[in-house]
Amino acid sequence: MAADVLLRGRELTRRFGGLTAVDRVSIELARGSVHAVIGTNGAGKSTLVNLLTGELDATSGTVELLGEDVSTWTQPRRARRGLGRSYQRTTIFPQFDVLENCRLAAQARDQRPWSWWQDARRAPLPCALAERAARRAGLGDVLDRDAGLLSHGEKRQLEIAMCLATEPQVLLLDEPLAGMGAEETDRMLALLGELKDGHAILLVEHDMDAVFRIADRITVMVNGAVIASDAPTAVRENRDVQAAYLGGQA
Amino acid sequence: MLAAVALALAVFPLAAGTYGLDLVTKIMIYAIFALSLELLVGQTGLVCFGQAAFFGIAGYVAVLLSPRYEAVSLWWLMPTAIAAAALYALFVGALSLRTRGVYFIMVTLAFAQMAYYVFHDTPVGRGTDGIYLYVKPDPSIGGWKPFDIDAALPYYYFVLLWLALVYAFLATLLRSRFGRALAGIKANEQRMRATGFSTYAYKLAAFVISGALAGIAGFLFVVKDGYVNPELLSWHLSGAVLIMIILGGLGQLRGAVLGAFAYALLQELFQAQAIFGGFAKHWHLSLGVAIIVSVALLPRGLIGIPAEIRRRLTGRRPRPETDGG
Repeated sequence: MAADVLLRGRELTRRFGGLTAVDRVSIELARGSVHAVIGTNGAGKSTLVNLLTGELDATSGTVELLGEDVSTWTQPRRARRGLGRSYQRTTIFPQFDVLENCRLAAQARDQRPWSWWQDARRAPLPCALAERAARRAGLGDVLDRDAGLLSHGEKRQLEIAMCLATEPQVLLLDEPLAGMGAEETDRMLALLGELKDGHAILLVEHDMDAVFRIADRITVMVNGAVIASDAPTAVRENRDVQAAYLGGQA
Repeated sequence: MLAAVALALAVFPLAAGTYGLDLVTKIMIYAIFALSLELLVGQTGLVCFGQAAFFGIAGYVAVLLSPRYEAVSLWWLMPTAIAAAALYALFVGALSLRTRGVYFIMVTLAFAQMAYYVFHDTPVGRGTDGIYLYVKPDPSIGGWKPFDIDAALPYYYFVLLWLALVYAFLATLLRSRFGRALAGIKANEQRMRATGFSTYAYKLAAFVISGALAGIAGFLFVVKDGYVNPELLSWHLSGAVLIMIILGGLGQLRGAVLGAFAYALLQELFQAQAIFGGFAKHWHLSLGVAIIVSVALLPRGLIGIPAEIRRRLTGRRPRPETDGG
């Protein structure tokens, strides 16, 4: 049976002046799988995520989301269609509490900007989505805490919770494990393992142990281009990858 | 607290003379003006340096549409003047919101200066002399005259009513989904876009609402004084209203109102020859020093004084308030 591909990037290229940050990269994300993208700093991983989300316009190439060509869609429109993302650097609302962070994200699904008379914090749907997402991300005990006061690991969990609150089908996670300790990493990987069911996940990550623990497929990028894209065991044994990225140590 | 302030303003005319009544009427109009800018700066994070354009345009429209010897209906003239300010805000916002940071500040200033020179240098606004509003608009509704717009006391309450309405409107708006989206945009616009919010549309809507509210203030100001001139669109006034909201405390509607009162009363104080003698003519200098000292000592504005006192007593940092209340 063919994989249920939710997001597909075809021949994506992005040039900044004379620099080609992403060079004809094609990628497919299927429901129920974690697709990791690895590469050294400057390999073009985050730029690729930005092209898929619409935060950056591609110089050439197309993006399909849930079978629809969304190449000309804006980032917010793609997000509303089911594309959630987290950033390399934590981008929460530190002055709001955890629940309000998630509620605001959930509001994107049910915006009603002209309901001026209704208190947003009493809107049933966003509040329900927010609480469910926060609890699913393991933040059920700190719903009332200011997001700025959370630990680093909890902030990263909140990023995921904010994504989940929008009920996405595709999750693009840019280094969600950055700066985490072993315990926090284990917790996050367990969460990602749970989220795999029902979502297509793109994981950009530098923690190789974590990547090989959770990924179903790994794409390796060097200088903006894909040099390998295969199952983890195959990538580990790929000589080009060993030479270019793992330094022959794998 | 709000109820106490509203009550104090409601009973103030009982104790006030003509001068006091006129002064507080003017300050309440400034408070509406400051609230309009607070929506942009304090709640959305958009530092607009051309707010006076919307204030002045509403004033000019009110005067230009008023016949010289005949009263026009207040209930037609006021919405028209406000709509003109909102329309200009739509034009300015649609273009300026494509820029960010200091460029946004400069573009809004440039659009305001354009409007200023239209009224200053063309026959439309009759130059620096401005135009008189010879006959004030008629508030009659179907032959019934609810109040005398020419009398200071009814006009005071008319302005107070508008201040209460604008405040209540903004307080409600900021608690709504629209208001929370603006708070999110101010806190982290990148995250809001990634979440699914078309932030440009939200910011443009906020800009137009802000322009319309500034238009209310401009209309009330011109009807009060019966006179309009290009200074109502000048960058000096845009700067003054920005100082008002900073002085009062950004991020809270109460701060904007407090800032308007503080600014205007400080201005009155430093202009008082009975206190400062000959130095009163240098009131700009005194006012500037007072504002600098205030901002340096109270980074959260006058509204932050109670929290600052608590912080000094308990040693805890105050929690930032941006609920618009």
